[in-house]
Amino acid sequence: MKHIFEKSVPGRTGVDAGPVKQGTEEKLHSRLRRKTESLLPEVSELDVVRHYVRLSQLNFSVDTHFYPLGSCTMKYNPKVNETVAALPGFAGLHPLMAYLDDSAVQGALDVIYELSSLLAEITGMKGVTTQPYAGAHGELTGILLMAAYHRNRGKSKKYVIVPDEAHGTNPASAAMAGYSVISIPVNRDGSIDRTLLKEKMNDEVAGIMLTLPNTLGIFSREIREIAEMAREHDALLYNDGANLNAILGKTRPGDIGFDIVHMNLHKTFSTPHGSGGPGGGVVAVSERLTGFLPTPVVGRSAEGRYYLDFNVKNSIGSVASFFGNFAILLRALVYITMLGREGLIDVSEKAVLNANYIRVKLKEYYDLPYDRTCMHECVFSAKRQVQKGGIHAIDIAKALIERGFHPPTIYFPLVVSEALMIEPTETESKETIDEFIQAMIEIARLAETDPERIRSAPGNTPVSRPDEAKAGRELKLTCNL
Amino acid sequence: MDISVQEGYYYTNEHEWAKIEGGTARIGITDYAQQKLGDITYVEPPEIGKEVEQFEFLTGIESVKAASDIYAPLSGRITAFNDALEQSPELINKSPYEDGWIVEIELSDPKEVKNLMSVKAYKEYAGGLE
Repeated sequence: MKHIFEKSVPGRTGVDAGPVKQGTEEKLHSRLRRKTESLLPEVSELDVVRHYVRLSQLNFSVDTHFYPLGSCTMKYNPKVNETVAALPGFAGLHPLMAYLDDSAVQGALDVIYELSSLLAEITGMKGVTTQPYAGAHGELTGILLMAAYHRNRGKSKKYVIVPDEAHGTNPASAAMAGYSVISIPVNRDGSIDRTLLKEKMNDEVAGIMLTLPNTLGIFSREIREIAEMAREHDALLYNDGANLNAILGKTRPGDIGFDIVHMNLHKTFSTPHGSGGPGGGVVAVSERLTGFLPTPVVGRSAEGRYYLDFNVKNSIGSVASFFGNFAILLRALVYITMLGREGLIDVSEKAVLNANYIRVKLKEYYDLPYDRTCMHECVFSAKRQVQKGGIHAIDIAKALIERGFHPPTIYFPLVVSEALMIEPTETESKETIDEFIQAMIEIARLAETDPERIRSAPGNTPVSRPDEAKAGRELKLTCNL
Repeated sequence: MDISVQEGYYYTNEHEWAKIEGGTARIGITDYAQQKLGDITYVEPPEIGKEVEQFEFLTGIESVKAASDIYAPLSGRITAFNDALEQSPELINKSPYEDGWIVEIELSDPKEVKNLMSVKAYKEYAGGLE
């Protein structure tokens, strides 16, 4: 397919900009005048529409394909979210209005206040900041809150403990906040090794970061014991909430003993994901950390008036402009209120049921290194396929694309070799999941009987196998026109 | 998985190797490591002259599958980086023990070798991971 610049024809336009008023050019300072061609493609409106509609048709998205990308919770984004977010009363707002005249934006402040209250309720926490733009940003904010808490108590702490199955962003966030990271391996059950944890715990540990359930889709049964261990050493417990979808309405991080949790609104709460974002990385904290939250937070007076509250005594300051991605917060609020309490419980139950259905149906065909009831995702290994036909996780991923499915996450978590991490989410029907299972079984069969078929997949896409190593080695982010 | 090892080298359980000549050591990653990482796309050139501690962070490496840390098998001062890796990181895949070496370290405590594995020990260790 040609790119839009290759479709350019000199002189062709999509809009009539009208005649340039005489003298306009002279009025422009010479510094502002273009000295070279603009190099915009010269195309008609129809050219543009066809080009981008076709591009969108080549794409894999939740709206077009089953998307079981583990750890990403690629659930369907209900269109009602978009309808509400597009209401002119919301879409036309400028965030500064809240600073200049909050009486004009009571509705928008209500949205932030209401969402914060609901997320505090869902997580069992006491305070919330909606500022962080996405998950890793939420992590950094959370660790900065942790650091501020210890500093305020005059404690100098050096370490943050992270299990080796964690998202790579966990150790990165801890390091960004100035801590040294202690990595602890998972045991045979797929939970953090508690004997080793006990050994490494000391009074210089600022906190333990845990994903619950973890990236193996496993809910650590010993979580209360770990929370107790943290408390003994005055360390805080941080919950990477990437997998909150598995426990919605079932348990709450705050009740378990966590002090900080970040949520990915673009995962659990159905706002658009990834580069289709922007995202939302709301952070909720326990009582002892509310005094450190970023400002402003939205407050509510006794008369029910909403206002910006800058009066947080030990605030770590702002971590983003204004309130974060407001339109994303709004979508999350729509999602939560449309589903209600019962709906959210149904979400986690179906997400877990779907993952276990896949786990049981496929474990005869693929190695399952941690064979126990999983939560919202299950992690297989392509080890058997490697041994029998030299077929790797990447080949299985490519063969799935050929069959019309977005691949699962591969080669993560790192603790599983040849990992295939499957998260179906609650929004898929049994029929779709069955089709996926059938495709996986067929691929497993072909990996033994006709591995070449798998190695050459996909055969039905515009590009079959991009050279991933070349793309990494010879990074080129510009386009020569 | 077929893993090659190099006689005379010393190994870590994070899959680095060290080839010691006098007071300096050449450092790289093992065949096992390169096979697990897959096609290497980038090695971060460390600062020359930087002091490193045994088993502490040395530099970063990226492949099509993952970004990982490389740890120093021995303590000392970094004296050289294999510049060829900047243009051809795939040297690590093609020749992990020779052309794909990563840094040279001037050793501050050669006795630390006792904390490293011999060929035989590493072979058993890496074989047991499968």
